[in-house]
Amino acid sequence: MAHFEKAKNLNEWLDQRLAVNTLKKVMQTEYWIPKNINFLWAMGMVLAATFGILLVSGIFLLMYYKPDTNLAFDSVNYTIMSEVGYGWLWRHVHGVGASLVFLIIYIHMFTGIYYGSYKKGRELIWLSGMGLFVAFSAEAFSGYMLPWGQMSYWAGMVITNLFSGGSLEAYGLVEWIRGDYVPADAFLTRFFMLHVLLIPVAIIGLIVLHFGTLRIPHVNNQDGEEFDFAEAAELYKAGKVKESKVIPFSPVFLSKDVLVMGVYFILFFYLVFYHFEFAMDPVNFDPADGLKTPAHIYPEWYFLWSYEILRPFSKDLGLIAFAIAQVIFFMLPFLDRSPNVAPASRRGLFKYWFWLMLLDMITLTFMGKLPPTDALFANIGLVAAILFFVLWIALPIITKLEKKL
Amino acid sequence: MAKSEQGRRDFMGMALGGFTALGGIGALYAMKRSWDPLPSVKAAGFTTVDLSGAQPNVLNVEKWRGKPIFVLKKSADMKKDPRDVVVGSDHYHVSIGLCTHLGCIPAYVPDDHKFKCACHGGEFDASGHEIFGPPPSPLEIPPFKIDGTKLVLGEAGPEYKKMLDAGLTA
Repeated sequence: MAHFEKAKNLNEWLDQRLAVNTLKKVMQTEYWIPKNINFLWAMGMVLAATFGILLVSGIFLLMYYKPDTNLAFDSVNYTIMSEVGYGWLWRHVHGVGASLVFLIIYIHMFTGIYYGSYKKGRELIWLSGMGLFVAFSAEAFSGYMLPWGQMSYWAGMVITNLFSGGSLEAYGLVEWIRGDYVPADAFLTRFFMLHVLLIPVAIIGLIVLHFGTLRIPHVNNQDGEEFDFAEAAELYKAGKVKESKVIPFSPVFLSKDVLVMGVYFILFFYLVFYHFEFAMDPVNFDPADGLKTPAHIYPEWYFLWSYEILRPFSKDLGLIAFAIAQVIFFMLPFLDRSPNVAPASRRGLFKYWFWLMLLDMITLTFMGKLPPTDALFANIGLVAAILFFVLWIALPIITKLEKKL
Repeated sequence: MAKSEQGRRDFMGMALGGFTALGGIGALYAMKRSWDPLPSVKAAGFTTVDLSGAQPNVLNVEKWRGKPIFVLKKSADMKKDPRDVVVGSDHYHVSIGLCTHLGCIPAYVPDDHKFKCACHGGEFDASGHEIFGPPPSPLEIPPFKIDGTKLVLGEAGPEYKKMLDAGLTA
Protein backbone atom coordinates (compact mmCIF):
# COMPACT_ATOMS: atom_id res chain seq x y z
CA MET A 1 0.00 0.00 0.00
CA ALA A 2 1.08 3.53 -0.79
CA HIS A 3 2.17 5.80 2.04
CA PHE A 4 -0.39 8.37 3.29
CA GLU A 5 0.30 11.32 5.59
CA LYS A 6 -2.40 12.45 7.96
CA ALA A 7 -4.45 15.04 6.09
CA LYS A 8 -4.90 18.55 7.51
CA ASN A 9 -8.31 19.13 5.92
CA LEU A 10 -10.95 17.51 3.73
CA ASN A 11 -9.51 18.88 0.49
CA GLU A 12 -6.10 17.46 1.28
CA TRP A 13 -7.67 14.15 2.31
CA LEU A 14 -9.48 13.97 -1.05
CA ASP A 15 -6.40 15.13 -2.94
CA GLN A 16 -4.30 12.33 -1.45
CA ARG A 17 -6.84 9.74 -2.58
CA LEU A 18 -8.31 11.22 -5.76
CA ALA A 19 -5.81 13.86 -6.91
CA VAL A 20 -8.67 16.38 -6.94
CA ASN A 21 -6.29 19.33 -7.19
CA THR A 22 -4.75 17.97 -10.38
CA LEU A 23 -8.19 17.13 -11.69
CA LYS A 24 -9.40 20.66 -11.00
CA LYS A 25 -6.39 22.13 -12.79
CA VAL A 26 -6.74 19.90 -15.83
CA MET A 27 -10.48 20.30 -16.18
CA GLN A 28 -11.03 23.85 -14.97
CA THR A 29 -8.42 26.34 -13.81
CA GLU A 30 -5.81 25.41 -16.41
CA TYR A 31 -8.08 24.51 -19.29
CA TRP A 32 -7.52 27.52 -21.52
CA ILE A 33 -10.13 29.31 -23.59
CA PRO A 34 -9.24 32.10 -26.06
CA LYS A 35 -10.36 35.61 -25.14
CA ASN A 36 -11.31 36.54 -28.68
CA ILE A 37 -14.78 34.98 -28.63
CA ASN A 38 -18.40 36.13 -28.37
CA PHE A 39 -21.66 34.96 -26.81
CA LEU A 40 -22.02 32.22 -29.44
CA TRP A 41 -19.18 30.38 -27.69
CA ALA A 42 -21.48 29.89 -24.69
CA MET A 43 -23.84 27.58 -26.57
CA GLY A 44 -21.93 24.46 -25.55
CA MET A 45 -22.49 25.07 -21.85
CA VAL A 46 -26.07 26.21 -22.55
CA LEU A 47 -26.60 22.82 -24.16
CA ALA A 48 -24.99 21.00 -21.25
CA ALA A 49 -27.26 22.87 -18.82
CA THR A 50 -30.36 22.12 -20.93
CA PHE A 51 -29.41 18.46 -21.03
CA GLY A 52 -29.13 18.52 -17.23
CA ILE A 53 -32.61 20.02 -16.97
CA LEU A 54 -34.01 17.41 -19.35
CA LEU A 55 -32.43 14.68 -17.23
CA VAL A 56 -33.87 15.99 -13.95
CA SER A 57 -37.36 16.65 -15.33
CA GLY A 58 -37.23 13.26 -17.03
CA ILE A 59 -36.45 11.50 -13.76
CA PHE A 60 -39.58 12.95 -12.16
CA LEU A 61 -41.75 12.09 -15.17
CA LEU A 62 -40.39 8.55 -15.02
CA MET A 63 -41.87 8.11 -11.54
CA TYR A 64 -45.45 8.16 -12.83
CA TYR A 65 -45.21 7.35 -16.51
CA LYS A 66 -46.54 3.90 -17.52
CA PRO A 67 -45.13 2.37 -20.71
CA ASP A 68 -48.24 0.44 -21.70
CA THR A 69 -50.49 1.27 -24.63
CA ASN A 70 -53.55 1.11 -22.39
CA LEU A 71 -52.11 3.25 -19.61
CA ALA A 72 -49.55 5.58 -21.19
CA PHE A 73 -51.90 8.28 -22.44
CA ASP A 74 -53.70 8.68 -19.10
CA SER A 75 -50.53 8.39 -17.06
CA VAL A 76 -49.25 11.49 -18.88
CA ASN A 77 -52.39 13.49 -19.49
CA TYR A 78 -54.25 12.66 -16.30
CA THR A 79 -51.88 11.40 -13.61
CA ILE A 80 -48.86 13.59 -14.31
CA MET A 81 -50.80 16.63 -15.45
CA SER A 82 -53.50 16.82 -12.80
CA GLU A 83 -52.69 14.48 -9.90
CA VAL A 84 -48.95 14.66 -9.34
CA GLY A 85 -47.92 17.79 -7.45
CA TYR A 86 -46.12 20.01 -9.97
CA GLY A 87 -46.23 17.15 -12.49
CA TRP A 88 -47.28 19.73 -15.10
CA LEU A 89 -44.05 21.60 -14.42
CA TRP A 90 -41.84 18.60 -15.20
CA ARG A 91 -43.80 17.87 -18.32
CA HIS A 92 -43.68 21.41 -19.65
CA VAL A 93 -39.99 21.77 -18.73
CA HIS A 94 -39.29 18.48 -20.51
CA GLY A 95 -41.30 19.42 -23.62
CA VAL A 96 -39.95 22.96 -23.90
CA GLY A 97 -36.42 21.73 -23.13
CA ALA A 98 -36.61 19.12 -25.90
CA SER A 99 -37.62 21.80 -28.37
CA LEU A 100 -35.12 24.45 -27.26
CA VAL A 101 -32.24 22.02 -27.11
CA PHE A 102 -32.58 21.70 -30.89
CA LEU A 103 -32.70 25.47 -31.37
CA ILE A 104 -29.40 25.75 -29.48
CA ILE A 105 -27.92 22.73 -31.29
CA TYR A 106 -28.65 24.43 -34.62
CA ILE A 107 -27.14 27.73 -33.42
CA HIS A 108 -24.11 25.81 -32.10
CA MET A 109 -23.75 23.98 -35.44
CA PHE A 110 -24.05 27.06 -37.60
CA THR A 111 -21.60 28.93 -35.35
CA GLY A 112 -19.12 26.15 -36.01
CA ILE A 113 -19.79 26.32 -39.74
CA TYR A 114 -19.49 30.12 -39.83
CA TYR A 115 -16.14 30.25 -38.04
CA GLY A 116 -14.67 27.13 -39.68
CA SER A 117 -14.40 25.34 -36.34
CA TYR A 118 -14.47 21.90 -37.98
CA LYS A 119 -11.17 22.14 -39.82
CA LYS A 120 -7.52 21.22 -39.39
CA GLY A 121 -7.35 19.22 -36.19
CA ARG A 122 -10.92 19.97 -35.17
CA GLU A 123 -12.56 17.31 -37.38
CA LEU A 124 -13.30 15.04 -34.43
CA ILE A 125 -15.05 17.85 -32.58
CA TRP A 126 -17.36 18.21 -35.55
CA LEU A 127 -17.89 14.45 -35.98
CA SER A 128 -18.62 13.81 -32.30
CA GLY A 129 -20.93 16.83 -32.34
CA MET A 130 -22.81 15.41 -35.31
CA GLY A 131 -22.99 12.12 -33.42
CA LEU A 132 -24.67 14.05 -30.62
CA PHE A 133 -27.10 15.61 -33.10
CA VAL A 134 -28.12 12.15 -34.32
CA ALA A 135 -28.39 10.82 -30.76
CA PHE A 136 -30.53 13.80 -29.70
CA SER A 137 -32.73 13.27 -32.76
CA ALA A 138 -33.27 9.63 -31.78
CA GLU A 139 -33.91 10.72 -28.20
CA ALA A 140 -36.49 13.28 -29.32
CA PHE A 141 -38.25 10.81 -31.59
CA SER A 142 -38.38 8.01 -29.02
CA GLY A 143 -39.63 10.46 -26.39
CA TYR A 144 -42.34 11.69 -28.72
CA MET A 145 -43.78 8.16 -28.80
CA LEU A 146 -44.31 7.97 -25.06
CA PRO A 147 -47.54 10.00 -24.50
CA TRP A 148 -49.14 7.62 -27.03
CA GLY A 149 -51.35 10.23 -28.64
CA GLN A 150 -52.38 10.39 -32.28
CA MET A 151 -49.19 12.20 -33.36
CA SER A 152 -47.04 9.75 -31.38
CA TYR A 153 -48.70 6.81 -33.07
CA TRP A 154 -48.68 8.13 -36.61
CA ALA A 155 -45.19 9.58 -36.37
CA GLY A 156 -44.09 6.14 -35.15
CA MET A 157 -45.92 4.54 -38.06
CA VAL A 158 -44.44 6.85 -40.71
CA ILE A 159 -40.87 6.99 -39.38
CA THR A 160 -40.58 3.22 -38.91
CA ASN A 161 -42.09 2.78 -42.38
CA LEU A 162 -39.10 4.69 -43.78
CA PHE A 163 -37.02 1.62 -42.96
CA SER A 164 -38.95 -0.37 -45.57
CA GLY A 165 -36.62 1.40 -48.03
CA GLY A 166 -39.35 2.36 -50.53
CA SER A 167 -39.32 -0.13 -53.41
CA LEU A 168 -37.13 -2.51 -51.41
CA GLU A 169 -40.32 -3.24 -49.43
CA ALA A 170 -38.36 -4.47 -46.42
CA TYR A 171 -41.47 -4.78 -44.27
CA GLY A 172 -39.81 -7.60 -42.33
CA LEU A 173 -37.28 -5.09 -41.04
CA VAL A 174 -40.04 -2.60 -40.18
CA GLU A 175 -41.94 -5.28 -38.25
CA TRP A 176 -38.74 -6.28 -36.50
CA ILE A 177 -38.10 -2.72 -35.38
CA ARG A 178 -41.68 -2.42 -34.14
CA GLY A 179 -41.93 -5.92 -32.70
CA ASP A 180 -45.40 -5.99 -34.24
CA TYR A 181 -47.17 -5.34 -37.52
CA VAL A 182 -48.07 -1.86 -36.36
CA PRO A 183 -46.79 0.31 -33.51
CA ALA A 184 -48.24 -1.42 -30.43
CA ASP A 185 -47.21 -2.47 -26.93
CA ALA A 186 -43.87 -4.03 -27.89
CA PHE A 187 -43.06 -0.87 -29.84
CA LEU A 188 -43.92 1.45 -26.96
CA THR A 189 -41.94 -0.51 -24.36
CA ARG A 190 -38.80 -0.74 -26.50
CA PHE A 191 -38.89 2.94 -27.40
CA PHE A 192 -39.39 3.66 -23.71
CA MET A 193 -36.22 1.68 -22.98
CA LEU A 194 -34.34 3.56 -25.70
CA HIS A 195 -35.57 6.92 -24.43
CA VAL A 196 -34.79 6.46 -20.75
CA LEU A 197 -31.69 4.31 -20.87
CA LEU A 198 -29.79 3.39 -24.00
CA ILE A 199 -29.84 6.70 -25.86
CA PRO A 200 -29.20 8.88 -22.76
CA VAL A 201 -26.20 6.68 -21.92
CA ALA A 202 -24.96 7.10 -25.49
CA ILE A 203 -25.50 10.87 -25.24
CA ILE A 204 -23.51 11.10 -22.00
CA GLY A 205 -20.70 9.09 -23.58
CA LEU A 206 -20.71 11.30 -26.66
CA ILE A 207 -20.67 14.46 -24.54
CA VAL A 208 -17.54 13.18 -22.76
CA LEU A 209 -15.98 12.39 -26.16
CA HIS A 210 -17.02 15.81 -27.52
CA PHE A 211 -15.30 17.57 -24.59
CA GLY A 212 -12.29 15.30 -25.01
CA THR A 213 -11.90 16.19 -28.69
CA LEU A 214 -11.74 19.88 -27.74
CA ARG A 215 -8.84 19.47 -25.39
CA ILE A 216 -5.89 19.29 -27.79
CA PRO A 217 -6.97 21.56 -30.68
CA HIS A 218 -8.66 23.95 -28.20
CA VAL A 219 -11.72 26.08 -28.84
CA ASN A 220 -11.62 28.17 -32.03
CA ASN A 221 -11.76 31.98 -31.85
CA GLN A 222 -13.44 34.76 -33.80
CA ASP A 223 -10.56 35.12 -36.29
CA GLY A 224 -9.55 31.48 -36.59
CA GLU A 225 -6.19 32.64 -35.25
CA GLU A 226 -3.59 29.98 -34.49
CA PHE A 227 -1.48 30.72 -31.43
CA ASP A 228 0.64 29.05 -28.78
CA PHE A 229 -1.69 28.13 -25.93
CA ALA A 230 1.15 27.09 -23.62
CA GLU A 231 2.85 30.46 -24.04
CA ALA A 232 -0.42 32.36 -23.54
CA ALA A 233 -1.15 30.25 -20.47
CA GLU A 234 2.28 31.08 -18.96
CA LEU A 235 1.55 34.80 -19.40
CA TYR A 236 -1.80 34.41 -17.65
CA LYS A 237 -0.31 32.41 -14.79
CA ALA A 238 2.46 34.98 -14.42
CA GLY A 239 -0.22 37.54 -13.68
CA LYS A 240 -0.12 39.23 -17.12
CA VAL A 241 -3.81 38.62 -17.52
CA LYS A 242 -4.28 41.54 -19.91
CA GLU A 243 -1.48 40.56 -22.27
CA SER A 244 -2.47 36.91 -22.40
CA LYS A 245 -4.73 35.69 -25.18
CA VAL A 246 -6.43 33.15 -22.95
CA ILE A 247 -8.60 32.81 -19.87
CA PRO A 248 -9.14 29.73 -17.73
CA PHE A 249 -12.35 27.75 -18.33
CA SER A 250 -13.29 28.05 -14.68
CA PRO A 251 -14.08 30.44 -13.14
CA VAL A 252 -13.53 33.08 -15.86
CA PHE A 253 -15.05 31.61 -19.02
CA LEU A 254 -17.76 29.86 -17.02
CA SER A 255 -18.86 33.14 -15.46
CA LYS A 256 -19.39 34.52 -18.98
CA ASP A 257 -21.29 31.36 -19.85
CA VAL A 258 -23.49 31.85 -16.82
CA LEU A 259 -24.50 35.30 -18.06
CA VAL A 260 -25.60 33.89 -21.43
CA MET A 261 -27.35 31.03 -19.62
CA GLY A 262 -29.18 33.60 -17.51
CA VAL A 263 -30.59 35.27 -20.61
CA TYR A 264 -31.37 31.88 -22.13
CA PHE A 265 -33.22 30.65 -19.06
CA ILE A 266 -35.40 33.75 -19.02
CA LEU A 267 -36.59 32.68 -22.47
CA PHE A 268 -36.74 29.05 -21.35
CA PHE A 269 -38.97 29.64 -18.36
CA TYR A 270 -41.04 32.26 -20.13
CA LEU A 271 -41.94 29.47 -22.57
CA VAL A 272 -42.41 26.90 -19.81
CA PHE A 273 -44.86 29.07 -17.87
CA TYR A 274 -46.59 31.12 -20.56
CA HIS A 275 -46.18 29.40 -23.92
CA PHE A 276 -45.65 25.72 -23.23
CA GLU A 277 -48.28 24.94 -25.88
CA PHE A 278 -45.75 25.56 -28.67
CA ALA A 279 -44.10 22.28 -27.70
CA MET A 280 -47.43 20.45 -27.29
CA ASP A 281 -49.19 19.53 -30.49
CA PRO A 282 -52.99 19.60 -29.96
CA VAL A 283 -53.42 16.50 -32.13
CA ASN A 284 -51.37 14.54 -29.61
CA PHE A 285 -54.07 15.14 -26.99
CA ASP A 286 -56.22 12.57 -28.81
CA PRO A 287 -55.31 9.04 -27.75
CA ALA A 288 -53.55 6.90 -30.37
CA ASP A 289 -55.97 5.30 -32.81
CA GLY A 290 -54.64 2.96 -35.47
CA LEU A 291 -57.91 3.18 -37.40
CA LYS A 292 -57.96 6.96 -37.81
CA THR A 293 -55.22 9.07 -39.41
CA PRO A 294 -54.92 12.73 -38.45
CA ALA A 295 -55.65 14.94 -41.47
CA HIS A 296 -52.15 16.35 -41.64
CA ILE A 297 -49.08 14.66 -40.20
CA TYR A 298 -45.98 16.73 -39.62
CA PRO A 299 -42.99 16.36 -37.29
CA GLU A 300 -41.84 18.80 -34.61
CA TRP A 301 -40.26 21.96 -36.02
CA TYR A 302 -36.67 20.75 -35.70
CA PHE A 303 -37.22 17.84 -38.10
CA LEU A 304 -39.21 19.85 -40.66
CA TRP A 305 -36.28 20.70 -42.93
CA SER A 306 -35.36 17.08 -43.52
CA TYR A 307 -39.03 16.08 -43.74
CA GLU A 308 -39.47 18.67 -46.49
CA ILE A 309 -36.52 17.13 -48.36
CA LEU A 310 -38.35 13.77 -48.26
CA ARG A 311 -41.64 15.12 -49.46
CA PRO A 312 -41.43 16.73 -52.90
CA PHE A 313 -39.77 13.77 -54.62
CA SER A 314 -41.17 10.39 -55.68
CA LYS A 315 -41.12 7.75 -52.95
CA ASP A 316 -37.70 6.21 -53.69
CA LEU A 317 -35.92 9.39 -54.69
CA GLY A 318 -37.38 11.10 -51.61
CA LEU A 319 -36.02 8.38 -49.34
CA ILE A 320 -32.55 8.59 -50.88
CA ALA A 321 -32.58 12.39 -50.61
CA PHE A 322 -33.73 12.13 -46.98
CA ALA A 323 -31.02 9.58 -46.14
CA ILE A 324 -28.31 11.78 -47.68
CA ALA A 325 -29.62 14.88 -45.91
CA GLN A 326 -29.38 13.03 -42.57
CA VAL A 327 -25.67 12.30 -42.92
CA ILE A 328 -24.29 14.96 -45.27
CA PHE A 329 -23.34 17.33 -42.42
CA PHE A 330 -20.93 14.67 -41.14
CA MET A 331 -18.98 15.18 -44.36
CA LEU A 332 -18.47 18.93 -43.90
CA PRO A 333 -14.80 18.81 -42.76
CA PHE A 334 -13.96 16.71 -45.82
CA LEU A 335 -16.06 18.52 -48.40
CA ASP A 336 -14.67 21.91 -47.43
CA ARG A 337 -11.39 21.86 -49.40
CA SER A 338 -10.12 25.24 -48.24
CA PRO A 339 -7.34 25.36 -45.62
CA ASN A 340 -8.61 28.71 -44.31
CA VAL A 341 -9.86 28.74 -40.74
CA ALA A 342 -11.68 32.06 -40.71
CA PRO A 343 -15.15 33.51 -40.36
CA ALA A 344 -17.28 32.98 -43.47
CA SER A 345 -17.37 36.73 -44.11
CA ARG A 346 -13.66 36.64 -45.07
CA ARG A 347 -13.86 33.52 -47.16
CA GLY A 348 -15.14 34.77 -50.54
CA LEU A 349 -17.80 32.51 -52.07
CA PHE A 350 -18.14 30.51 -48.86
CA LYS A 351 -19.81 33.56 -47.32
CA TYR A 352 -22.69 33.21 -49.79
CA TRP A 353 -22.70 29.44 -49.35
CA PHE A 354 -23.17 29.84 -45.60
CA TRP A 355 -26.03 32.31 -45.77
CA LEU A 356 -27.73 30.45 -48.63
CA MET A 357 -27.55 27.18 -46.66
CA LEU A 358 -28.99 28.83 -43.56
CA LEU A 359 -31.80 30.52 -45.50
CA ASP A 360 -32.50 27.33 -47.42
CA MET A 361 -32.88 25.31 -44.23
CA ILE A 362 -35.19 27.95 -42.76
CA THR A 363 -37.26 27.90 -45.97
CA LEU A 364 -37.43 24.09 -45.88
CA THR A 365 -38.55 24.29 -42.25
CA PHE A 366 -41.43 26.65 -43.07
CA MET A 367 -42.53 24.69 -46.15
CA GLY A 368 -42.41 21.43 -44.18
CA LYS A 369 -45.12 22.70 -41.86
CA LEU A 370 -47.56 23.54 -44.67
CA PRO A 371 -49.93 20.95 -46.10
CA PRO A 372 -48.62 19.57 -49.43
CA THR A 373 -51.80 20.51 -51.28
CA ASP A 374 -50.86 24.09 -52.14
CA ALA A 375 -49.01 24.06 -55.47
CA LEU A 376 -47.04 27.27 -54.86
CA PHE A 377 -45.66 26.16 -51.49
CA ALA A 378 -45.00 22.64 -52.82
CA ASN A 379 -42.90 24.17 -55.61
CA ILE A 380 -40.98 26.42 -53.22
CA GLY A 381 -40.29 23.29 -51.16
CA LEU A 382 -39.05 21.43 -54.22
CA VAL A 383 -36.72 24.27 -55.25
CA ALA A 384 -35.39 24.57 -51.69
CA ALA A 385 -34.79 20.80 -51.53
CA ILE A 386 -32.90 20.85 -54.83
CA LEU A 387 -30.91 23.91 -53.73
CA PHE A 388 -29.86 22.00 -50.59
CA PHE A 389 -28.15 19.36 -52.72
CA VAL A 390 -26.77 21.85 -55.23
CA LEU A 391 -25.09 23.67 -52.34
CA TRP A 392 -23.45 20.49 -51.08
CA ILE A 393 -22.23 19.62 -54.56
CA ALA A 394 -20.89 23.16 -54.99
CA LEU A 395 -19.08 23.19 -51.64
CA PRO A 396 -15.89 21.31 -52.63
CA ILE A 397 -15.65 23.36 -55.83
CA ILE A 398 -16.06 26.82 -54.32
CA THR A 399 -13.77 26.02 -51.39
CA LYS A 400 -11.13 24.64 -53.74
CA LEU A 401 -11.21 27.96 -55.62
CA GLU A 402 -10.95 29.95 -52.40
CA LYS A 403 -7.81 32.10 -52.06
CA LYS A 404 -5.52 31.20 -49.21
CA LEU A 405 -5.71 33.86 -46.51
CA MET B 1 10.91 -12.44 -24.48
CA ALA B 2 11.65 -16.03 -25.56
CA LYS B 3 10.16 -17.13 -28.83
CA SER B 4 8.17 -19.97 -27.29
CA GLU B 5 6.82 -17.51 -24.67
CA GLN B 6 5.68 -15.19 -27.50
CA GLY B 7 3.97 -18.05 -29.30
CA ARG B 8 2.25 -19.14 -26.10
CA ARG B 9 0.96 -15.62 -25.44
CA ASP B 10 -0.26 -15.22 -29.02
CA PHE B 11 -2.10 -18.50 -28.71
CA MET B 12 -3.72 -17.46 -25.44
CA GLY B 13 -4.69 -14.12 -26.94
CA MET B 14 -6.24 -15.73 -29.99
CA ALA B 15 -8.03 -18.39 -27.94
CA LEU B 16 -9.45 -15.77 -25.59
CA GLY B 17 -10.35 -13.46 -28.48
CA GLY B 18 -11.96 -16.30 -30.41
CA PHE B 19 -14.15 -17.40 -27.52
CA THR B 20 -15.08 -13.83 -26.73
CA ALA B 21 -16.05 -13.22 -30.37
CA LEU B 22 -18.12 -16.41 -30.33
CA GLY B 23 -19.90 -15.30 -27.19
CA GLY B 24 -20.37 -11.85 -28.70
CA ILE B 25 -22.01 -13.29 -31.80
CA GLY B 26 -24.25 -15.43 -29.61
CA ALA B 27 -25.23 -12.37 -27.59
CA LEU B 28 -25.97 -10.40 -30.76
CA TYR B 29 -28.24 -13.21 -31.95
CA ALA B 30 -30.06 -13.23 -28.61
CA MET B 31 -30.48 -9.45 -28.85
CA LYS B 32 -31.87 -9.72 -32.37
CA ARG B 33 -34.32 -12.41 -31.25
CA SER B 34 -35.44 -10.31 -28.29
CA TRP B 35 -36.50 -7.58 -30.72
CA ASP B 36 -38.54 -10.03 -32.84
CA PRO B 37 -42.34 -9.86 -32.68
CA LEU B 38 -43.56 -12.13 -29.87
CA PRO B 39 -45.32 -15.43 -30.71
CA SER B 40 -48.53 -13.99 -29.24
CA VAL B 41 -48.24 -11.01 -31.58
CA LYS B 42 -47.71 -13.31 -34.55
CA ALA B 43 -50.61 -15.55 -33.49
CA ALA B 44 -52.83 -12.47 -33.39
CA GLY B 45 -51.83 -11.89 -37.01
CA PHE B 46 -54.88 -13.86 -38.16
CA THR B 47 -58.37 -12.41 -38.10
CA THR B 48 -61.54 -14.24 -39.08
CA VAL B 49 -64.32 -12.18 -40.61
CA ASP B 50 -67.83 -13.59 -41.02
CA LEU B 51 -69.23 -12.37 -44.32
CA SER B 52 -72.75 -13.82 -44.00
CA GLY B 53 -74.22 -10.74 -42.32
CA ALA B 54 -72.77 -8.17 -44.77
CA GLN B 55 -75.17 -5.69 -46.42
CA PRO B 56 -74.57 -4.62 -50.04
CA ASN B 57 -72.89 -1.24 -50.53
CA VAL B 58 -72.25 -0.82 -46.78
CA LEU B 59 -68.60 -0.65 -45.83
CA ASN B 60 -67.44 -2.77 -42.91
CA VAL B 61 -64.10 -1.92 -41.39
CA GLU B 62 -62.36 -4.80 -39.65
CA LYS B 63 -59.03 -4.73 -37.86
CA TRP B 64 -56.19 -7.02 -38.88
CA ARG B 65 -52.63 -6.63 -37.57
CA GLY B 66 -53.69 -3.23 -36.30
CA LYS B 67 -54.60 -2.04 -39.77
CA PRO B 68 -58.12 -1.22 -40.98
CA ILE B 69 -59.52 -3.74 -43.47
CA PHE B 70 -62.27 -2.66 -45.85
CA VAL B 71 -64.93 -5.28 -46.55
CA LEU B 72 -67.53 -4.10 -49.05
CA LYS B 73 -70.24 -6.39 -50.37
CA LYS B 74 -71.01 -5.29 -53.92
CA SER B 75 -74.59 -4.58 -54.88
CA ALA B 76 -75.98 -5.79 -58.22
CA ASP B 77 -75.38 -2.44 -59.94
CA MET B 78 -71.69 -2.30 -59.00
CA LYS B 79 -69.03 -3.36 -61.46
CA LYS B 80 -67.44 -6.77 -60.92
CA ASP B 81 -63.66 -6.95 -60.92
CA PRO B 82 -60.95 -9.65 -61.01
CA ARG B 83 -59.85 -8.28 -57.61
CA ASP B 84 -63.16 -9.25 -56.05
CA VAL B 85 -63.34 -11.93 -53.41
CA VAL B 86 -66.09 -14.25 -54.58
CA VAL B 87 -67.98 -16.22 -51.94
CA GLY B 88 -70.82 -18.27 -53.44
CA SER B 89 -72.53 -15.80 -55.79
CA ASP B 90 -71.56 -12.69 -53.82
CA HIS B 91 -68.74 -10.35 -54.78
CA TYR B 92 -66.79 -8.55 -52.10
CA HIS B 93 -64.12 -5.92 -52.23
CA VAL B 94 -61.55 -6.64 -49.50
CA SER B 95 -58.51 -4.41 -49.01
CA ILE B 96 -56.19 -2.82 -46.48
CA GLY B 97 -57.88 0.51 -45.84
CA LEU B 98 -54.77 2.66 -46.07
CA CYS B 99 -54.30 5.06 -48.94
CA THR B 100 -51.33 3.91 -51.01
CA HIS B 101 -50.08 7.50 -51.12
CA LEU B 102 -49.15 8.28 -47.52
CA GLY B 103 -51.18 5.83 -45.47
CA CYS B 104 -54.25 7.84 -44.45
CA ILE B 105 -57.59 6.03 -44.18
CA PRO B 106 -59.97 6.87 -47.05
CA ALA B 107 -63.71 7.23 -46.39
CA TYR B 108 -66.39 5.39 -48.40
CA VAL B 109 -69.01 7.42 -50.25
CA PRO B 110 -71.85 4.89 -50.89
CA ASP B 111 -73.73 7.08 -53.41
CA ASP B 112 -70.71 7.44 -55.71
CA HIS B 113 -69.35 3.92 -55.00
CA LYS B 114 -66.00 5.57 -54.29
CA PHE B 115 -63.36 5.82 -51.58
CA LYS B 116 -62.14 9.35 -50.98
CA CYS B 117 -59.03 10.20 -49.00
CA ALA B 118 -59.25 13.43 -47.02
CA CYS B 119 -55.49 13.90 -46.77
CA HIS B 120 -54.50 14.64 -50.34
CA GLY B 121 -57.67 14.07 -52.33
CA GLY B 122 -56.90 10.60 -53.69
CA GLU B 123 -59.89 8.53 -54.89
CA PHE B 124 -60.43 4.81 -55.43
CA ASP B 125 -63.37 3.04 -57.04
CA ALA B 126 -65.34 0.30 -55.28
CA SER B 127 -62.78 -2.28 -56.47
CA GLY B 128 -59.94 -0.29 -54.96
CA HIS B 129 -58.47 1.00 -58.24
CA GLU B 130 -56.96 4.45 -58.00
CA ILE B 131 -59.02 6.81 -60.14
CA PHE B 132 -57.94 10.27 -59.06
CA GLY B 133 -55.14 12.13 -57.28
CA PRO B 134 -51.70 11.10 -56.01
CA PRO B 135 -52.12 7.39 -55.05
CA PRO B 136 -49.56 5.39 -57.08
CA SER B 137 -51.33 2.01 -56.86
CA PRO B 138 -54.67 0.36 -55.97
CA LEU B 139 -55.66 -0.40 -52.39
CA GLU B 140 -53.69 -3.44 -51.31
CA ILE B 141 -55.44 -6.79 -50.85
CA PRO B 142 -54.33 -8.61 -47.68
CA PRO B 143 -53.60 -12.35 -47.71
CA PHE B 144 -56.92 -14.17 -47.22
CA LYS B 145 -58.41 -17.64 -47.24
CA ILE B 146 -62.06 -18.36 -47.88
CA ASP B 147 -63.48 -20.74 -45.29
CA GLY B 148 -67.20 -21.30 -46.02
CA THR B 149 -68.79 -17.89 -45.51
CA LYS B 150 -65.83 -16.79 -43.44
CA LEU B 151 -62.70 -14.98 -44.48
CA VAL B 152 -59.41 -15.70 -42.69
CA LEU B 153 -57.09 -12.72 -43.01
CA GLY B 154 -53.35 -13.33 -42.79
CA GLU B 155 -53.46 -16.77 -44.38
CA ALA B 156 -52.88 -17.09 -48.13
CA GLY B 157 -55.58 -19.32 -49.65
CA PRO B 158 -55.71 -20.53 -53.31
CA GLU B 159 -57.88 -17.55 -54.40
CA TYR B 160 -55.40 -15.10 -52.92
CA LYS B 161 -52.43 -16.89 -54.48
CA LYS B 162 -54.12 -16.70 -57.86
CA MET B 163 -54.57 -12.94 -57.48
CA LEU B 164 -50.99 -12.58 -56.26
CA ASP B 165 -49.65 -14.47 -59.28
CA ALA B 166 -51.76 -12.30 -61.59
CA GLY B 167 -50.29 -9.22 -59.89
CA LEU B 168 -53.69 -7.98 -58.77
CA THR B 169 -53.14 -7.62 -55.03
CA ALA B 170 -51.43 -4.25 -55.02
